Amino acid sequence: MEQIEFNYPAKRKVPKGAHVGVVGSGDLEVLLEPAEGEVAHVSIRTSVDGFLDTWKAVLDRFFTKYDGAVRIQINDAGATPGNVQLRLEQAVEVSER
Amino acid sequence: MSNEGYNARFINRQSFIELDARERAKALFDAGTSRELLGPFDRVESPWLAMQGVTPQEDDGCVVMKGKIAGQAAVVVALEGAFQGGSIGEVSGAKMTAALDLACADNEKGIRTSAVILLETGGVRLQEANLGLAVIAELMASILALRKHAPVICLTAGTVGCFGGMSLAAGLASYVVMTREARLGMNGPEVIEQENGVEEFDSSDRALIWAIHGGEQRYATGLADALVGDETPQVANAVRHLVSKGVPPVHRSSQVALYRNRIAKLDTSQQWNPKEFRALWTTNGSDEENR
Repeated sequence: MEQIEFNYPAKRKVPKGAHVGVVGSGDLEVLLEPAEGEVAHVSIRTSVDGFLDTWKAVLDRFFTKYDGAVRIQINDAGATPGNVQLRLEQAVEVSER
Repeated sequence: MSNEGYNARFINRQSFIELDARERAKALFDAGTSRELLGPFDRVESPWLAMQGVTPQEDDGCVVMKGKIAGQAAVVVALEGAFQGGSIGEVSGAKMTAALDLACADNEKGIRTSAVILLETGGVRLQEANLGLAVIAELMASILALRKHAPVICLTAGTVGCFGGMSLAAGLASYVVMTREARLGMNGPEVIEQENGVEEFDSSDRALIWAIHGGEQRYATGLADALVGDETPQVANAVRHLVSKGVPPVHRSSQVALYRNRIAKLDTSQQWNPKEFRALWTTNGSDEENR
């Protein structure tokens, strides 16, 4: 298991948190919580080691569109980058509904 | 297309099996009455999994909800089959037993509170072996204490099914509800094949497995009390009905003489097929004559 942390700049407050997904094979769990300040912090635990560059690429792309001040916890059980992207977008959708 | 109507009905049905543990639990309550206890944001997770390189889940794969079913207080505990095969560990087990014990305490105070346990589980979580085994004992004690006051309903919808120590817990329930897709048994098909060879049980023979472990057979042989279709309203209705029905006059697991008698009368020198067994098992002594 590998632990990975990222920080991204944020511009706006988020109304509420969201929890989506399950730590099942090829899937992941995303917990999104509103945070103070102008930063988004992402904390990842993944069962598959050695994919730091891939995680960075997925999150870099996600944060080109998303600017909420949040704490995001990801518990991953080997999801593909596409799956990660979808779960993140789902979490955002739930938190802004 | 001639089968258009049928397809539309199939596609538009509200599948229960396709729901995750949280959605399943919520679907059983009267609308708007449920609230989750110790949810994922409380971050009560297993301390043992990360040490062994396994990613934990924030709710440890166990969802606890309180609310009302058929207008009465009820607690629902749902295991998430997709996380570690729904296996029961120290934390998920403690959540489950604590929920049942609190329900028991409420009953003792005069607030009738039923429990529904949604079992999608292979049994004890191997990474937490001894603690998981201890949980089975605690859980069984909690079920026995609670079922005197209010019904404890075990629901297995599939597709994981309910195996290992948790099948023993299901055996103590006031009522067992299954779908056709669900399986219930002590040893899973792979385990039996591994221990006794493919001649004993071919774990790749799905028809055979369902003919023995499947919901339909368990219902026909009296080990399940309700067989429901994979439709959320049907499942919720069955649970509501059993909550309203209350504690059964005699629990299945108390009918020791009945089952002893049935086993004694069974001729094990020949191989029974599941269909023959159904007829034989249910005619082998009634509840009344053995009570």
